[in-house]
Amino acid sequence: MKDQHIKLPEGSIEKTTTTLNLGPTHPATHGVMQNILELDGERVVSTEQTIGYIHRAFEKLAERRPLYQITTLTDRLNYCSSPINNMGWHMTCEKLLGVKTPKRVDYLRVIIMELSRISDHLICNSIVGVDAGAYTGFLYVMQYRELIYEIYEEVCGARLTTNMGRIGGFERNFSDVAFQKIEKFLKEYPVVLKEFEDLFIRNRIFMDRTKYTGGISAERALNYGFTGPNLRAAGVDYDLRVHQPYSSYEDFKFNIPVGNTGDNYDRWLVRQREMWESLSIVEQAYRKVQDFKGKEADVYHADAPAYYLPEKADVYTKMEALIYHFKIVMGETEIPKGEVYHAVEGGNGELGFYLISDGGRTPYRLHFRRPCFVYYQAYEELIKGSMLSDAIMTMSSLNLIAGELDA
Amino acid sequence: MSLTSEYIQQRLQDKFGEQVGSFEQPYGMLTFEAPKEINLKVLNFLFDDPHLQFRFLTDLTAVHYPDQTGRELAVVYHLHNLSANVRLRFKVFTDIQTPDVYTASGLFSAANWMERETYDFFGVNFVGHPNLKRILNVDEMDYFPLRKEFPLEDQTRIDKDDAMFGRG
Repeated sequence: MKDQHIKLPEGSIEKTTTTLNLGPTHPATHGVMQNILELDGERVVSTEQTIGYIHRAFEKLAERRPLYQITTLTDRLNYCSSPINNMGWHMTCEKLLGVKTPKRVDYLRVIIMELSRISDHLICNSIVGVDAGAYTGFLYVMQYRELIYEIYEEVCGARLTTNMGRIGGFERNFSDVAFQKIEKFLKEYPVVLKEFEDLFIRNRIFMDRTKYTGGISAERALNYGFTGPNLRAAGVDYDLRVHQPYSSYEDFKFNIPVGNTGDNYDRWLVRQREMWESLSIVEQAYRKVQDFKGKEADVYHADAPAYYLPEKADVYTKMEALIYHFKIVMGETEIPKGEVYHAVEGGNGELGFYLISDGGRTPYRLHFRRPCFVYYQAYEELIKGSMLSDAIMTMSSLNLIAGELDA
Repeated sequence: MSLTSEYIQQRLQDKFGEQVGSFEQPYGMLTFEAPKEINLKVLNFLFDDPHLQFRFLTDLTAVHYPDQTGRELAVVYHLHNLSANVRLRFKVFTDIQTPDVYTASGLFSAANWMERETYDFFGVNFVGHPNLKRILNVDEMDYFPLRKEFPLEDQTRIDKDDAMFGRG
């Protein structure tokens, strides 16, 4: 081998590792982010992650916007489950403003949030399959994400960046079609999910690719600030829906699935299990919503006239409604002074909103605690010493969403 | 013993005396501040003390108050004791001329990027940080965009045309 080597100039030091640029745009990164990998043969020696390619300065923009206009910014964080972000933001505002939402609104929110969680996990899990070479599952489940998006469309008119809901509730009541679609989803989805699961769960190739790769211990995961499915895969049963229930999650019965090794396979399993739990929550919430009778069955927002837009008919006929309408639309409502942190269980973990108001019309400071951003820094530790192909699997099973990384 | 805010406050005061102060509970979350010189001591105490065990760093960020001379920048830590399920908020203030604060990245691996982000946007210099450079903005940037003096675009400007958006 020695004499086959290229002759290097006198005095130069031979580099023994290969540098590989993975990204910023690469099919395996599923978003705009860069990894500069240092490879020894096929093993990863070290890596440096570069993020910020789609940084949009949301925190700065939010300092000039009235509360309701910030919802559209939250859409673009984790765009695989924007409704969770929207609801999380509304709940933060409600906490600051002291708005109490009726039970029916809470349950409707739970339905939407759990459907988003399903669509989020569904994409992540099927993409893990795609990166392992199994395209079938991804294409197959796509039609059920489509059905979820149709439900969003029925509720708010948009599909991806939903801007769903308002401070205090929803912009309109759920239509009959929306409920029919939810019912259809509840009926058809379990069969598909089971089939999808069977494609992977005991699949020899899939297990070989994912087991014992990208693992992390519970202690390290906590130190790295992991939350959500990635933390639970490492064996910590921390779930905000249980530990700090919001939106009446305490009314529902569900389990927190946990793994133990925190490897790619466990992450996949936890997400899979969570979809089943979410499905059961949607079903319970749907039944609860159906139980409301008479006047209660039409409640879809809280009574918060200073923040929730009045009925259009009232705007034309009632002085008070006209004033509120004007003040809200022009962003001239003063926000009470205060400092609040509210977190919801997003698709990837604890999605926190740290909002400081100085009594003006816009937030004084708003900070998003993005779970992706926090746990992506562990990537180097996760893949050090593993094969390049495992690094790819680890990246997709962490469910990195560029929008959430960069904010 | 349950971990109430009063108890945490008491323990902190027993340990640090007059140095910790401004105890408040906005929306139920215990908030206090300490001088920036002892931020690591406080974090370590909260981490190690057998009764407190605040071992999860939820969030780290900064806030700019241009009007408070000498304490313009606040570095805010959100800590969580996962087993007792209690959160608290800890602030250190620093002046803007020498915004040096000790890094928490030795204690929490999570603080690494959070501090880089805080440096990127506010220019807080985390002393002892292993890799303190910009994370979301470009390296060539020479200002700190989330400081209040950095203006947002004038909403009434009319000189923009399609060429500014890569069209036309």
